[in-house]
Amino acid sequence: MSRQVTVAVNGKSVSVPAGSTAAVAVAAVGLSQFRTSVDGEPRGPLCGMGICFECRVTINGRAHRRSCQTVCTAGMEICTDGP
Amino acid sequence: MARNEHYDVLIVGGGPAGIAAACCAARAGRRVAIVDDNPAQGGQIWRGMTEEWTAATQSPLAASWLRRLREAKVEVLAGTQIVARPRDGVLLAETDADACLLAYDKLILAAGARERFLPFPGWTLPGVTGAGGLQSLVKSGLPIAGRRVAVAGSGPVLLAVADCLRDHGAEICLIAEQAPWPRLVRFGCGLIGSPGKLLQGAGYKWRLKTVRYRTGCWPVAAEGDGKLSSVTFHAGSKTRTVACDYLACGFGFVPSLELPTLLDCRLDGGAVWIDDWQETSVQGIYAAGETTGVGGVDLALIEGQIAGYAAIDCQDHAARLFRARERGRRFVGALDRAFALREELKSLATAETPVCRCEDVSRQQLEAYGSWREAKLQTRCGMGPCQGRVCGTAAEFLFDWQRESIRPPIFPADVGTLAEIRPLGKQPGK
Ligand SMILES: Cc1cc2nc3c(=O)[nH]c(=O)nc-3n(C[C@H](O)[C@H](O)[C@H](O)COP(=O)(O)OP(=O)(O)OC[C@H]3O[C@@H](n4cnc5c(N)ncnc54)[C@H](O)[C@@H]3O)c2cc1C
Ligand code: FES
Repeated sequence: MSRQVTVAVNGKSVSVPAGSTAAVAVAAVGLSQFRTSVDGEPRGPLCGMGICFECRVTINGRAHRRSCQTVCTAGMEICTDGP
Repeated sequence: MARNEHYDVLIVGGGPAGIAAACCAARAGRRVAIVDDNPAQGGQIWRGMTEEWTAATQSPLAASWLRRLREAKVEVLAGTQIVARPRDGVLLAETDADACLLAYDKLILAAGARERFLPFPGWTLPGVTGAGGLQSLVKSGLPIAGRRVAVAGSGPVLLAVADCLRDHGAEICLIAEQAPWPRLVRFGCGLIGSPGKLLQGAGYKWRLKTVRYRTGCWPVAAEGDGKLSSVTFHAGSKTRTVACDYLACGFGFVPSLELPTLLDCRLDGGAVWIDDWQETSVQGIYAAGETTGVGGVDLALIEGQIAGYAAIDCQDHAARLFRARERGRRFVGALDRAFALREELKSLATAETPVCRCEDVSRQQLEAYGSWREAKLQTRCGMGPCQGRVCGTAAEFLFDWQRESIRPPIFPADVGTLAEIRPLGKQPGK
């Protein structure tokens, strides 16, 4: 896990160990809010295994991707301003 | 157009049960594949473990099974989710890149279990996670060093989680177990006949000896401004507030039943019904591991082997494992009694606490209805992307509501993937 991958979270560049998920990259830039709920509340990962969808973000323009189940690839663009 | 593949034995779930099943079924040139939603292999407990890494650390069991899996030449389709059954004998799967149709002669369901999350004020704050949930996030790279973590909920898994998080540098400020101390003592005494389990438990307790472990203790509120900063616990006759960055909280596990339900497999007592050969009520479809009842890694491995052998008609090999399975099941019965959830947990959520996190439906809104079905129609609870996996399980505990049958897709899927679902039974030649 020594190799690093660089991705962008909300336009901000960040390097994480190869094999890390997108959820790790979001946390690495200091964010705890991954999405905004129907009533406007901040939400972040709950289950860590792909069933709750609370960690969802926009990845490379595709909305509602589960950040805990998606491995970072070089240049990946992750955005946390979605519902 | 989706890719098409055909397997002699197809296994859904790449945890211990699925791996064991695959190793046993992959004989005499049979084409065997494991499909798993996770990007890395190993299911929940062996998440992301590699053979070299596990051999060098404390998990020789995982290492030996991962080696067998590699040698058995099983195809592993990681990052692949089963979303529907377009017709008998075929499953529709989706990856990040495309969709595929997976046909099979025999199918083994090893879809595992998930944590039970219970609502309490503040449980939706970022920083409040599952117990196994935080462990999974850390295993996939989430930095936890120097963070203060309270671990809460129920079951032996709390110790495993605390031990793992501490290994990664977390400061564990409290382990809160809802079960009362006398029940745990009785459970511990009952383990005299299972020295392996007793030693494992003692090992955790020894490594965590400086950590406060409280029984009869559970979270009543999580507080923070936009993210978690403290948790208030019920402890004896008092409450106690603990400052922390994370609350890792799970109240036991429940079998994942969406796929078996979709395939019309009969359920029994909240798990998939199976016969002695691990075959479900649908001929040619087997089930193994926690989808048949929550029983831990050892039982999952035994059940997986039996299912793998039975699926390729090696009944004699399978039958040799029956006694080990019987012992495993007795242990599970004792676990269930020791860690049964207390009634007080049903009143943690207040009228305003959201129960359905996808649609922000509060307890009060749900309580206006008499059944899951009615509540779902009127409030949209359970209609968000988690499809009731979180709120439905909570409502079952809170209100004794039974969930109805599931409709495909069992996970949200792309429009392109869904175009592959044709009406059941309308297939030429089927
Ligand atoms: C979050 C979590 C953490 C845990 N941590 C521990 C621990 O530290 N120690 C311990 O002793 N036990 C732990 N457990 C219990 C552990 O799960 C079991 O002991 C053991 O892993 C069960 O094995 P299994 O093969 O039955 O299921 P699992 O290991 O859960 O494997 C099931 C697999 O099926 C996959 N799957 C399910 N549905 C689909 C689908 N539709 N399409 C594709 N793939 C699918 C899942 O992604 C999963 O990888 C944990 C459980 C959970 C849920
Ligand atoms: S944290 Fe639950 S789906 Fe990612």
